[in-house]
Amino acid sequence: MARNGFVSRRRMSEKIDDFDLSPVESQDVHVLAVDDSLVDRKVIERLLRISSCKVTAVDSGRRALQFLGLDGEKSSAGFDGLKVDLIITDYCMPGMTGYELLKKVKESSTLREIPVVIMSSENVLARIDRCLEEGAEDFIVKPVKLSDVKRLKDYMMRDDREGSQNKGINKRKLSESSDPTSSPPSILPSSSPSQSQSSSSSSPSSSEPSSPNSLDSPTRRLKMTNSV
Amino acid sequence: MDSVTQLQGQLVDYTTSLFNEGYLNDQYTQLQQLQDESNPDFVVEVVSLFFEDSERLLNELDRALDQQSLDFRRVDSHVHQLKGSSSSIGAQRVQNVCIVFRNFCEAQNVEGCLQCLQQVRHEYSLVKNKLETLFKLEQKLLAARGSIPTQ
Repeated sequence: MARNGFVSRRRMSEKIDDFDLSPVESQDVHVLAVDDSLVDRKVIERLLRISSCKVTAVDSGRRALQFLGLDGEKSSAGFDGLKVDLIITDYCMPGMTGYELLKKVKESSTLREIPVVIMSSENVLARIDRCLEEGAEDFIVKPVKLSDVKRLKDYMMRDDREGSQNKGINKRKLSESSDPTSSPPSILPSSSPSQSQSSSSSSPSSSEPSSPNSLDSPTRRLKMTNSV
Repeated sequence: MDSVTQLQGQLVDYTTSLFNEGYLNDQYTQLQQLQDESNPDFVVEVVSLFFEDSERLLNELDRALDQQSLDFRRVDSHVHQLKGSSSSIGAQRVQNVCIVFRNFCEAQNVEGCLQCLQQVRHEYSLVKNKLETLFKLEQKLLAARGSIPTQ
């Protein structure tokens, strides 16, 4: 079991309070998933793990802020090594909504560089716009599919790692590629940055809400003006 | 035809029928794709969580709709959760009733809500039965052979 700040290379999970922690290997993307639904947490966790991400799943915005060290209390002394590379949060949650969490993250000088993705079962253009305006990286219509997670991972990897291989046997040290702790993560790939397509049709009764798996997701509007 | 082949055939037929009859949709297939040797019980685990969650929500709905003065927002909140979790596992028919249910909540239609509650209970117990049957078939096949056919 890892102690004294030494990060074990083997994947183990360790429960501390209500957090389920996996030791972070710095090359892997560490995602903080926030969802009040137990079913959805289990699914998103699996989707992320199968996509080679480290996952911390919490059930509320408050716990997310605690984990991020933003709750105003004496904080994340124990969590220093566990840098979060992406926050993916449900929109509709009791207490603090995903939108409110997004705002808090973007208002924080220490955390606002972290990309935030919103998930929602409602494909409502106004809601999507609001989130993107507030600095959300992307908006995924639930139910979340593997292709959604793959898409997220792709642009995060491309963006932070500049194409260097970091999976598989030859794990490279971060110093050989851009260090995610220093590079702003929210620069998106070269397709036109301010493509203001309106969002896809809202068809709430369809069984296949639109989450196309290509780069031109209509729900994505690439905003370059995240952090000023 | 040996028993393994027979069971495989039964499993495929049964699964196909569930999709054809609208009990399950593509999201269920997504969950199956997330299952592998490292997580061999993933689908059963998620579905079990769905069962627990749904039963809790249905009880809450019973309580909420039994009140003198109906709090539609409270009812809607429970239905929203049920809709979400049924959608996440691909329980299409449950999800569909939830959509109608939410419309009645918004319209503050008591009769409509009560009918939907009955209907959603019905659809839930149907899909629960179907899934449990499916899992039993899978177990039989596993026992007979040690692996489940991939689609």
